[in-house]
Amino acid sequence: MLYAILCYNAEDVVMSWSQEEDDAVMAQLNVTHERLTAEGKLGPSLRLMPTTAATTLVKSQDLVIDGPYAETKEQLLGFYILDISGLEEGLEIARELGKANPGGAYELRPLRLFLPGASIG
Amino acid sequence: MTELAWIDAAITSARPQAVGALLRYFRDLDTAEEAFQDACLRALKTWPVNGPPRDPAAWLIMVGRNAGIDGTRRRAKQTTLPDEAALSDIEDAETPLAERLDGADNRDDVLRLLFICCHPDLPPTQQIALALRIVSGLSVKQIARAFLVGESAMEQRITRAKARVAGAGVPFETPGPVERAERVAAVAAMIYLLFNEGYSAGGQQDDRARLADEAIRLARLLLRLFQTEPEIMGLTALLLLQHSRASARFDAAGEIVLMDDQDRALWDRRLIAEGLALVDKAMRHRRPGPYQIQAAIAALHARAARAEDTDWAGIAALYGALERQTPSPVITLNRAVAVSKTDGPQAALDLIAPLEARLAGYFHFHGVRGALLKQLGQDAAARTAFNQAIALANTPAEAAHIRMHLDQLQAGGVG
Repeated sequence: MLYAILCYNAEDVVMSWSQEEDDAVMAQLNVTHERLTAEGKLGPSLRLMPTTAATTLVKSQDLVIDGPYAETKEQLLGFYILDISGLEEGLEIARELGKANPGGAYELRPLRLFLPGASIG
Repeated sequence: MTELAWIDAAITSARPQAVGALLRYFRDLDTAEEAFQDACLRALKTWPVNGPPRDPAAWLIMVGRNAGIDGTRRRAKQTTLPDEAALSDIEDAETPLAERLDGADNRDDVLRLLFICCHPDLPPTQQIALALRIVSGLSVKQIARAFLVGESAMEQRITRAKARVAGAGVPFETPGPVERAERVAAVAAMIYLLFNEGYSAGGQQDDRARLADEAIRLARLLLRLFQTEPEIMGLTALLLLQHSRASARFDAAGEIVLMDDQDRALWDRRLIAEGLALVDKAMRHRRPGPYQIQAAIAALHARAARAEDTDWAGIAALYGALERQTPSPVITLNRAVAVSKTDGPQAALDLIAPLEARLAGYFHFHGVRGALLKQLGQDAAARTAFNQAIALANTPAEAAHIRMHLDQLQAGGVG
């Protein structure tokens, strides 16, 4: 089975960690990351930039909003990882995807860290 | 991460919102700070036992409010004339806290807390010291070390700043849109000053360098409150992009390394990526302002893999745009540096010649002029300019950098 683990925490608390605290947490996580990668169980893992770096495209109105997607009546159903030139290209791609799959919204959030992991699936 | 470190981080991040709400409640900065301290002490006792609360800020506000009321009552009993008016005022204010926590109130609470540190009567260093004490919660000792002054001197400075702010009357009414925009602009300027305090300090001194981190934290906070403000995106991006070069700006001996000579492998890619993302977001608004333009300039530097790949024509154009928005001889001087890369040193010298009267007392003017003259082979004139610069240097590192130029002139054996 393929599973995703989605990570939730208080952003302003995590952003208040000192570099040393952040490094210590990452070092501890990396022990597990490395074991799981060696076992061929862990695919890509990533850390997102803070929500201040996010932009949201509301598909039905083609409306671009600064900030994360804040509505709670919709659920997170999937996500894409893209390697692109920047926000404008990201919005173009999101609009194209939105034509095939209308309704809801796409939040574009740059990545802070990307670990490719093992080749899985 | 240890439990204590988690609690510390939770309290630090909740502080602006909690102290801001307590200030609105008690309308007195000292009472609000004391109430917050009481709440923190209780958090340290109860959170390890009961586990952390779901919303640490709301918990600290609730407990701080009760502690503050207790304190007010205790003091009222101790004094011969109890202040009935103040007490009934507090009772009236006991509306359900939860509904006052979200949305606009929270935003204006934090903005107010930041804004009272920016009182125009306070000199910039006092604004910054006050913000570090009240908003960031740094100890007087930490702030004193960052400013390289004694603890008691800093204590006095902060006490005086607080008294002045209290005397001026804290603005408690909900601000209108124009006033809110003015407050945001004042706070942005203070955050930029704070960053520059840390930035100018350089790599080695940890306590001062911490100021830059703190400024970035406050900029992110302001941006979270005003998510759609392109200038706040620009400010945050500017700080991130400038700070990304922190490890490369000074060599092992503590001497300045100019951007062209920096080891770009030392630039922090994570900060650059976030800065570039924010520049992208800001540009979409097509409402350029000074912070956005400066961030765009920093972004062009950050995007260049090697110094020789730098888009100097783009940078010169952006400085031109910045000059039109906020005319200043210092910006013209910066544009001249970019122009020297595209049109040569003589074109740059022509550009800065009219600035001499206004920038005669400015270190960088003579430093840039000396470097341009040196490029043209006018060694005697260059030496004169460098000597003027040394006399105006603000830090030993600046003086050392100019001395290096002078040594090179000597090594050339001319003049």
